[in-house]
Amino acid sequence: MATVETRALRKEFTGHTAVDGVDLTINEGEFLVLLGPSGCGKTTLLRMIAGLESQTSGDILIGGRVVNDLPPRARKIAMVFQSYALYPHLSVAKNIAFPLKAQGAPRESIAGEVDRAAKMFGIERLLHRKPRQLSGGERQRVALARAMVRHPDVFLLDEPLSNLDAKLRNLARDELKQFQRRLGTTTLYVTHDQVEAMGLGDRIAVMSGGTVRQLGRPQEVYDEPADTFVAGFLGSPPMNLVPVDGVLVGFRPEQLLAPGAPASEGVGPAVPMRFAVERVENLGAGRLLYGTLPDHAPDQKIIVSLAYTVHSSIEAGRTYDFRMHESNLKFFDPGTGRRVPARPLPARRSA
Amino acid sequence: MADPKKIAGGVVNFGVIAAFTGFAAFPFAWMVITMFKQTKDLLDPAHNPFVYNAPPTLEHLRVLFQDTLFLHWVGNTLFVGVLVVLITLVLAVPAGYSLARLTGPAGEKLGIGIFLTYLVPPTILFIPLSRLVALLGLQDRLWALVLVYPSFTVPFCTWLLMGFFKVIPKDVEEAAMIDGHSRLGAFVRVILPMSVAGLLTTIIFSFTLVMQEFVYGLTFITSSKNLTLSVGVPTFLVRGDVYFWGSLMGACFLSSVPIAILYNLFVDRFIAGFTVGAVKG
Ligand SMILES: Nc1ncnc2c1ncn2[C@@H]1O[C@H](COP(=O)(O)OP(=O)(O)OP(=O)(O)O)[C@@H](O)[C@H]1O
Ligand SMILES: [Mg+2]
Repeated sequence: MATVETRALRKEFTGHTAVDGVDLTINEGEFLVLLGPSGCGKTTLLRMIAGLESQTSGDILIGGRVVNDLPPRARKIAMVFQSYALYPHLSVAKNIAFPLKAQGAPRESIAGEVDRAAKMFGIERLLHRKPRQLSGGERQRVALARAMVRHPDVFLLDEPLSNLDAKLRNLARDELKQFQRRLGTTTLYVTHDQVEAMGLGDRIAVMSGGTVRQLGRPQEVYDEPADTFVAGFLGSPPMNLVPVDGVLVGFRPEQLLAPGAPASEGVGPAVPMRFAVERVENLGAGRLLYGTLPDHAPDQKIIVSLAYTVHSSIEAGRTYDFRMHESNLKFFDPGTGRRVPARPLPARRSA
Repeated sequence: MADPKKIAGGVVNFGVIAAFTGFAAFPFAWMVITMFKQTKDLLDPAHNPFVYNAPPTLEHLRVLFQDTLFLHWVGNTLFVGVLVVLITLVLAVPAGYSLARLTGPAGEKLGIGIFLTYLVPPTILFIPLSRLVALLGLQDRLWALVLVYPSFTVPFCTWLLMGFFKVIPKDVEEAAMIDGHSRLGAFVRVILPMSVAGLLTTIIFSFTLVMQEFVYGLTFITSSKNLTLSVGVPTFLVRGDVYFWGSLMGACFLSSVPIAILYNLFVDRFIAGFTVGAVKG
């Protein structure tokens, strides 16, 4: 177990910058998720920490020690690749034993360690098979078993669940989290899936364009986005951003309360806000309403999400009196996209 | 009842395979028949060449083994072949791997460039090479062939192996590096075992190239005891316009059968080898 730290880490490929000055500290035993859209530099950052890619500048520290010049094998890390990268010519048992052998572990102990790892991931009966005879989910377990068998200081995982179907992914996510809790190994997990990030991470680092935009606990990043990028990237549908009097006002789709919906407690009084509904989508588990706020920004489309438990009848083409807790409103500078201090919502225009 | 379409398909299938098998096996059959035929029987135009009109004889094989240096030539060929295969592997494996991992257009161009050198014909190359051989004092020595044969096996096999290494995902070798190996260690433990097909292809291919090579063998070797099969057999069993057909066929049969068996053992991997290169080279 160890901390991982990057200091002003940069990576330039010919012509462009993939990682642009990242300062990140992963605490001991923490599960940190690196979340960001495709091409934002997540994999590059992970590969630099693993030692597979050399940084253009900056430092990497593992366990307080600068590892800039250490080859991957000397960094005491284990990595699970998106492709799993199992050794196709070796049986599952030999795949799991591979890192132990590579490090010259005593022969007698290897079989026991392999069995223990296999048991942990429930793959004992697959030990004699070759990787090509395994399903996607089984491969993923073998890859995890191979990664943890030698008790690394740090786990690096690059979208390990993206090859699984949706159902298996949920299961695997849960298992992964449990294993990590049990082992207590410092973990850096890369994904572009916000659901995965919210569900797995002790903290989330949201990346965009090679920089970390925000680092915080999942709820924090969701509730208090540092800028419009984070606000727009997290949440499905994402935060509504409405220009009102030279400032962007943001609120989550579920925060606009339908008539008759119960108000949240402890977040201050709810103010009325009229909402013109243009279209209703029934999703089974809830409803999505598309429309505008005629009093604040009649040209800006917004989305409102109603929970299954809200039974108010809403029809397209009509305007309703919704409500909003003012404390839920976030304000952003339209130029820089950064958060600005909360202010009272400009007075309601009379139509 | 079986579907008549299926039966027809089966018949066509069988017919095609039988035709190809006949085509491929025919030379061997004829060689075997001829090598045991008496010369009188063989040269009489009235006789059917595929049946024994006179009793079979071992005379031709006796000539081959006792009156020529056939076994010597086999030994020479093996000596040169094994050394050339080893040299080819030692040079082409690292070269192919480097080219495969050299990203960008440079690697691709270099690979094609190396392959092009394979296309320069020996009939042109033997002129400069003979000066080289003379300079090194290797005239009439097998080492001359050990030196010049890699000039065409190495480029071809480098290019061939490059195709094999390219399809091995980089992830796998990086995983091995994280699991505790150096790049060289990862190469030996993971990349090489995954490229067995490529290595076999390289070995068989270089060896057969050596066995069939004629121009260099003829140019650089003069004394009969230093000849290789491909030069020795036609030189000593064709005297003027007299062809020792029985012995010639015996020599051909005996030297081609081991190669044929070798090919057959690895035919699946061999084909995989060429298609791998073809799909992503
Ligand atoms: N070897 C390379 N050479 C040149 N550019 C590269 C290389 N590897 C990555 N890049 C570029 O660097 C940027 C970041 O790539 P990276 O793979 O880190 O993205 P990512 O966040 O992991 O994306 P994804 O979610 O699609 O995996 C991309 O623009 C990519 O094109
Ligand atoms: Mg990636």
